[in-house]
Amino acid sequence: MSEVVEKAKDVRKASRPFSLRPSVGTIERMLNVISPVFLLLIWEICARLGLIDVRFFPAPSKIFTQLMILAENGQLWKHFSASMQRLFWGFLFGGIPALILGVTMGLSRPLRMIVEPVISATYPIPKSAILPLVLLIFGLGESSKIVMVGIGIFYPIVINSMAGVLEISKIHFDVSRNFGASRWQVFRTVALPGAMPLILTGVRLGIGLGLVLISLAEIVGAKSGLGFMMWNAWEILSVETMYVGLLVIAMLGIAFTILINELERLIVPWKQSR
Amino acid sequence: MTAETMMRDHAVAPDWKIRLRDLSKVFQTNSGPFTALEPITLDIPTGCFFMIVGPSGCGKTTLLRILAGLEKRTSGTMEISAPAANRPSNSMVFQGDSLFPWMNVFENAAYGLRMRGLPRAEIKDIVGHYLQRTGLSRFHNSYPHQLSGGMRQRVSIARAFANDPDILLMDEPFSALDEQNKILLQEELLRIWEETRKTVMFITHSVDEAVTLGDRIMIMTAHPGRSKLIVDVPFERPRRVLELRARPEYGELVYSIWGHLRDEVQRARAQDEESAK
Repeated sequence: MSEVVEKAKDVRKASRPFSLRPSVGTIERMLNVISPVFLLLIWEICARLGLIDVRFFPAPSKIFTQLMILAENGQLWKHFSASMQRLFWGFLFGGIPALILGVTMGLSRPLRMIVEPVISATYPIPKSAILPLVLLIFGLGESSKIVMVGIGIFYPIVINSMAGVLEISKIHFDVSRNFGASRWQVFRTVALPGAMPLILTGVRLGIGLGLVLISLAEIVGAKSGLGFMMWNAWEILSVETMYVGLLVIAMLGIAFTILINELERLIVPWKQSR
Repeated sequence: MTAETMMRDHAVAPDWKIRLRDLSKVFQTNSGPFTALEPITLDIPTGCFFMIVGPSGCGKTTLLRILAGLEKRTSGTMEISAPAANRPSNSMVFQGDSLFPWMNVFENAAYGLRMRGLPRAEIKDIVGHYLQRTGLSRFHNSYPHQLSGGMRQRVSIARAFANDPDILLMDEPFSALDEQNKILLQEELLRIWEETRKTVMFITHSVDEAVTLGDRIMIMTAHPGRSKLIVDVPFERPRRVLELRARPEYGELVYSIWGHLRDEVQRARAQDEESAK
């Protein structure tokens, strides 16, 4: 029996280098790339043939040319880094307190009873709707943008951290108590790692929301950033630049997704092969 | 150790490790008070492998959880003779999946020692020893979901032994395992236990398991639980599980314990049927 299996393996191994058929994984990855490329191709053809209005939908080749121009003269980098810095600080100031508060709420029933109504009540308010208020309080400087990002990131992380702790089986808390863990040790060895898969989901959602809010905040009151770049492009009728902004933000979304997936593999290795 | 547990230092080591006087437990539920344990009085000698058998729902797990400090008693006293300095009073092997899924085998087995803040090198030595004794050395870096049920329970046992407690509390640790794995693990448990001969309090619903492992067996009544009978197991140690089971005295003891237990199991079943109506 096992001999037959061994042989079957050998055959497979031997035939692989000569096989012309790509694996299923390769095909799926190719499909992933092909659909956007195909769409861009149709877009380019339509633009060149004059089937679509190039004042609104400039050809992808034009957008790419503009991207290179903006990259070369340093404009793109300036706006990109301004947005990234705001995202970073917003993430730090919104995310870290949200993480600590959420996990602690999951651990403490009284705290949950006190804070949860406040969160439930303020969560549905559109974050974009409070931008005027934030501008009023924090002014037009950097802090108002950071606060906007921070608020956007706070909610998904606080809610997911709490839910993550509540998901942890009670027996794990019994074990930590029986083995003499202190409150801090319970937080660090049970609550935080146990909630981590859901916390990462919160981070994923939070970054998406952060990108939305930073663009918005920069459109309304900023002199730099990708949002400002796009708004400014509208004012000077440089449609290609607007598309460059959209493209960069879309790329950022993809990059963050890949980053978080890698992070997930690194810090929750126990969750993948489920 | 919980504040409510009385600890006494004795100039001379007492001949008992655990002493319960009229210990009882009543849970307050939405449908009124629920008596889990009627007053129990019990002395467990130092080094005794003490077994508790009883029908399901008789409160045996509650008793263990009170001893583990996870539940508070309603009345009565509980004395546990103080462990030597720097040693924990008790460690529990839980029923079911109690390993942390986010820790690998080594980290799980080292948990108690880490919580106690032992130096890394020492933890490595101690945990290494018990992982080797439980045949898990090769699986240091595996995560619980990569292990079989039997292996997971071995890690759980290694975790409790590595913590070097004065008393081991075991709550039906093998109940989820198949018969073959169960026998292997019972043998392993006896082997490791022989090294230190700690006081053990072991809950099971298997009379076979109770007679195989124990020095003394307490049979509990159906709900509300109290002690019905305490039986001494006369077999010498060290024991070999299968050889022991082949002996006629073994069968006789199992049979007589079953005689006492049968009524209780039937009563528990009648209660279940009553509440299902």
